[in-house]
Amino acid sequence: MGTTLDIKIKRANKVYHAGEMLSGVVVISGKDSVQHQGLSLTVEGTVNLQLSAKSVGVFEAFYNSVKYTLRCDMRRSLLAKDLTKTCEFIVHSTPQKGKWTPSPVDFTITPDTLQNVKERALLPKFLIRGHLNSTSCVITQPLTGELVVESSEAAIKSIELQLVRVETCGCAEGYARDATEIQNIQIADGDVCRGLSIPIYMVFPRLFTCPTLETTNFKVEFEVNIVVLLHPDHLITENFPLKLCRM
Amino acid sequence: MEKELWACAEANGHSRNRNYKAEFASCRLEAVPLEFGDYHPLKPIMVTESKTKKVSRKGSTSSTSSSSSSSVVDPLSSVLDGTDPLSMFAASADPATLAAAMDNSRKKRDRDDNSIVGSDFEPWASKRGEILARYTTTEKLSINLFMGSEKGKAGTATSAMSEKVRTRLEELDDFEEGSQKELLNLTQQDYVNRIEELNQSLKDAWASDQKVKALKIVIQCSKLLSDTSVIQFYPSKFVLITDILDTFGKLVYERIFSMCVDNRSVLPDHFSPENVNDTAKETCLNWFFKIASIRELIPRFYVEASILKCNKFLSKTGISECLPRLTCMVRGIGDPLVSVYARAYLCRVGMEVAPHLKESLNKNFFDFLLTFKQIHGDTVQNQLVLQGVELPSYLPLYSPAMDWVFQCVSYHAPEALLTEMMERCKKLGNNALLLNSVMSAFRAEFIAARSMDFIGMIKECDESGFPKHLLFRSLGLNLALADPPESDRLQILNEAWKVITKLKNPQDYINCAEVWVEYTCKHFTKREVNTILADVIKHMTPDRAFEDSYPQLQSIIKKVIAHFHDFSVLFSVEKFLPFLDMFQKESVRVEVCKCIMEVFIKHQQEPTKDPVILNALLHVCKTMHDSVNALTLEDEKRMLAYLINGFIKMVSFGRDFEQQLSFYVEARSMFCNLEPVLVQLIHSVNRLAMETRKVMKGNHSRKTAAFVRACVAYCFITIPSLAGIFTRLNLYLHSGQVALANQCLSQADAFFKAAISLVPEVPKMINIDGKMRPSESFLLEFLCNFFSTLLIVPDHPEHGVLFLVRELLNVIQDYTWEENSDEKIRIYTCVLHLLSAMSQETYLYHVDKVDSNDSLYGGDSKFLAENNKLCETVMAQILEHLKTLAKDEALKRQSSLGLSFFNSILAHGDLRNNRLNQLSVNLWHLAQRHGCVDTRTMVKTLEYIKKQSKQPDMGHLTELALRLPLQTRT
Repeated sequence: MGTTLDIKIKRANKVYHAGEMLSGVVVISGKDSVQHQGLSLTVEGTVNLQLSAKSVGVFEAFYNSVKYTLRCDMRRSLLAKDLTKTCEFIVHSTPQKGKWTPSPVDFTITPDTLQNVKERALLPKFLIRGHLNSTSCVITQPLTGELVVESSEAAIKSIELQLVRVETCGCAEGYARDATEIQNIQIADGDVCRGLSIPIYMVFPRLFTCPTLETTNFKVEFEVNIVVLLHPDHLITENFPLKLCRM
Repeated sequence: MEKELWACAEANGHSRNRNYKAEFASCRLEAVPLEFGDYHPLKPIMVTESKTKKVSRKGSTSSTSSSSSSSVVDPLSSVLDGTDPLSMFAASADPATLAAAMDNSRKKRDRDDNSIVGSDFEPWASKRGEILARYTTTEKLSINLFMGSEKGKAGTATSAMSEKVRTRLEELDDFEEGSQKELLNLTQQDYVNRIEELNQSLKDAWASDQKVKALKIVIQCSKLLSDTSVIQFYPSKFVLITDILDTFGKLVYERIFSMCVDNRSVLPDHFSPENVNDTAKETCLNWFFKIASIRELIPRFYVEASILKCNKFLSKTGISECLPRLTCMVRGIGDPLVSVYARAYLCRVGMEVAPHLKESLNKNFFDFLLTFKQIHGDTVQNQLVLQGVELPSYLPLYSPAMDWVFQCVSYHAPEALLTEMMERCKKLGNNALLLNSVMSAFRAEFIAARSMDFIGMIKECDESGFPKHLLFRSLGLNLALADPPESDRLQILNEAWKVITKLKNPQDYINCAEVWVEYTCKHFTKREVNTILADVIKHMTPDRAFEDSYPQLQSIIKKVIAHFHDFSVLFSVEKFLPFLDMFQKESVRVEVCKCIMEVFIKHQQEPTKDPVILNALLHVCKTMHDSVNALTLEDEKRMLAYLINGFIKMVSFGRDFEQQLSFYVEARSMFCNLEPVLVQLIHSVNRLAMETRKVMKGNHSRKTAAFVRACVAYCFITIPSLAGIFTRLNLYLHSGQVALANQCLSQADAFFKAAISLVPEVPKMINIDGKMRPSESFLLEFLCNFFSTLLIVPDHPEHGVLFLVRELLNVIQDYTWEENSDEKIRIYTCVLHLLSAMSQETYLYHVDKVDSNDSLYGGDSKFLAENNKLCETVMAQILEHLKTLAKDEALKRQSSLGLSFFNSILAHGDLRNNRLNQLSVNLWHLAQRHGCVDTRTMVKTLEYIKKQSKQPDMGHLTELALRLPLQTRT
């Protein structure tokens, strides 16, 4: 083991906000005394724009391409290698001021409420009711609600919550829209009891969500789909746009 | 010098005359009046105590006794009277610690109230084994483990490798990213082993810091719980997999807990979240985030439940928020069986982590009731048809989980809640399953008080669903623990038995009957028990059904004998013995007999002669005895002999000694294969002879003399059939003493002769407790004992003087002694003591009404001469032996043997005799010659001689002492 560098940031969760001081220590450990010609710290913020392989000129994703790193370099004499250690940290936008107000939404799903159905007559009858406590969500709080299968002719296979991120990038020639599933949570498995409310509960993944963002050139938005799978092979989706914010 | 010593060998064996009475008086410790001073090591603590006591005694007793005598109370009781010193000490401890202790105990009490489950709560651990044993399958099982990330099989990286390398790598690391394993066609045992392996790899992964891999294993395992194929194995699967989850939960908790420990302080057991540092919190939060993103419902539920306890690190209210949410989450599980087990797991974790959160437990129960109708829904029915499982075997699969949930909810629950729960269960249709769990989980007192209601409900149950015999069994189990109202008791039994007796399947029948026997025995008389036993016999005899139900039948017997301690009542239960006849497999039969005998020995207080008991127990004992064969283990034989002996000791015909003896004769013929029993019988007969002597006050009539001779004859012919040589020797001696005491002189002689002729047969090594040990020390012990008896045995008129002693000496002479051993000489020394005692005018002790040699010969000079001659011979032998010990390696032995011989002469010899005197001086020198002797012993010996010389008639010892120099070691 030669000499090693290590960066220790004071905050265990590595989350900082604009205007805050990032502090910590650099730990140099080695067996003998270490000679060097200076230590330097660099902070880098990058946005990696990845071009889609599928369609020319479309960015694959914005999210997860924003990265902040803290780098520590130790310059040493010619004979010894320079040492480098990097450490990622997270910058959260400053929490919004003002009061957050919930925006609850009730929903009912029956064969009649569906769009994009080829042969409505072939669908088994069902009635699913429920509500989301709010479609505008605080990013650190889970998405909650309830869902009741009031009736269903066909046996239920599964009910899932699908969290989708929609990125839109606009410019003079038009705009590109890209939707990615970032999390899928099963809330019912098998033929659940009729008339009994099933909780809707989803924690927003820390690394894949951010507050809803809308600028003139690009947007980052989120949606949740309630997906019901019926026997033998029916897939029913109900879409709800979400507005995420950080309080 | 040397020559001189041996020349003395011809010295006369002059014994000194002894005045036993005077010696005894002088030897006795001086009687010093007891004085109990105030000092006692334990006393200082209780000074005040003893003071008040004295005062009170003075006040209460007006006796004139002096103060010294008043303190002569039992020292132990006086010390221990009052407060015991330890608690006194604790009480006087300083107030600070006292307050702290009180504080602690108060806290503890507070905690006891809600957050700690008492010992009256049957823990999960005790259910585990039962479930594993009960829910088994012969069908093939499969495990499907997919350790990949959700993105899909990452097979591309390995595809370049040859197949062989790949499989090898997979073997090396089953849980590498992307590996998928499907194990098909596993037997149940294979399955259990695989799960155990998974448990181990979880621990290994954790230990090698592969936390992600550990999490993956746990997720994959909990996924297995959503698979309901081979449904009859599901309860066992649940047990196995939740073990893994428990392990995981513990690992995570301990890991985070250890992160809270910094160099200075350890987190207390009941910490609050403020004491947890940020790193630990962040790690904990990370776990919860990771688990929250598990896609599938069932693994997400189980894994989160398994680390429920970790919420304590994050916030005070964490657990109380999490439990209701998890409870609701179970509603998403469609399969009712999977869902009820999920609830059971949640209750299990909940009871462990936060038993005071009753609300969630209750919600689990009522939620379950809401989904109860699903069991009879189409989805479940279709599945059963597919798997070919009938409803009566499907429904009991719910019992372990339901019982557990019900038990958690009803634990220390108010009566009102229990009643509400019961009412809710009643309302649901086809509720036998619920009823059964209510009976299994609720307090027995609650059930017992409503027995008649339950019987009514059981009767109303649908015949096609849950098996009724299980319901009656559950009810019976409650009634064994708690008593129903007095007025209902008979009706309950009648109603229940009416149903039980109609059960067609012998297995169902016996499982039920077994439980109800306890209730019957507890509350009813032998008449009802007899009826039940008769009914059991009737059901179990056709087609030899009893062969499959030995454990249950055994349990019935145990319950019956546990309640009927009076064996005369027990054996008057007509069907008891016919019931025993059902145990036709020998090993089981013997087990049952052993149980009966154990209870008999434990509870029979008075000796008995009741012919019913005797007949029955003789039969039982005979069964045990007859099971002994060449393959029977020693321990087993010992156990059986112990039990039979316990019986023999309890048989008494009172003053009817003849009957008693004939019982012993019968017993001997019955139990001839168990040596300890024969030994017991010999002792019993000897005791009988002595009893007779006692009754006749030593003067036998013609009749009793004949009877006693019969007893003696019994012993004489029984002893040779024993195998243990020392057993025989000791019994000969013992029986000889008994014969002597009963004035059967020739019989006594016969015993002693037999003993003497047996001595040459004593092997050099004997087996003691499975180990071979040299027998010499045992032989020495026996012979010394024998000599003591021989002192009082009168010589036979037709044989020579001291013929028994002579014969014994010959035998000792001819016995092949261990080389390099001095045992023979030690025995000869003892013989000298005997001969010295025999030459006294009046012997040390006598047997009442038997004239010993002292009165026979009356100190006749011829007799004394014979005696002296014998002494000479023996001494010559001793000296001869001492001579052979002149070799280097034997010098130490020579010295110690010489000294012991010196001591014998000193004690028994008449040292006024010059030659003996000279011999003793020579021995003294011999003992010291090679410096092998302990100087202190020599000094003590010399001091003793000097002290003795001051006694009257012992003046000559002064002179002797002068001739005994002490050698200083150089």
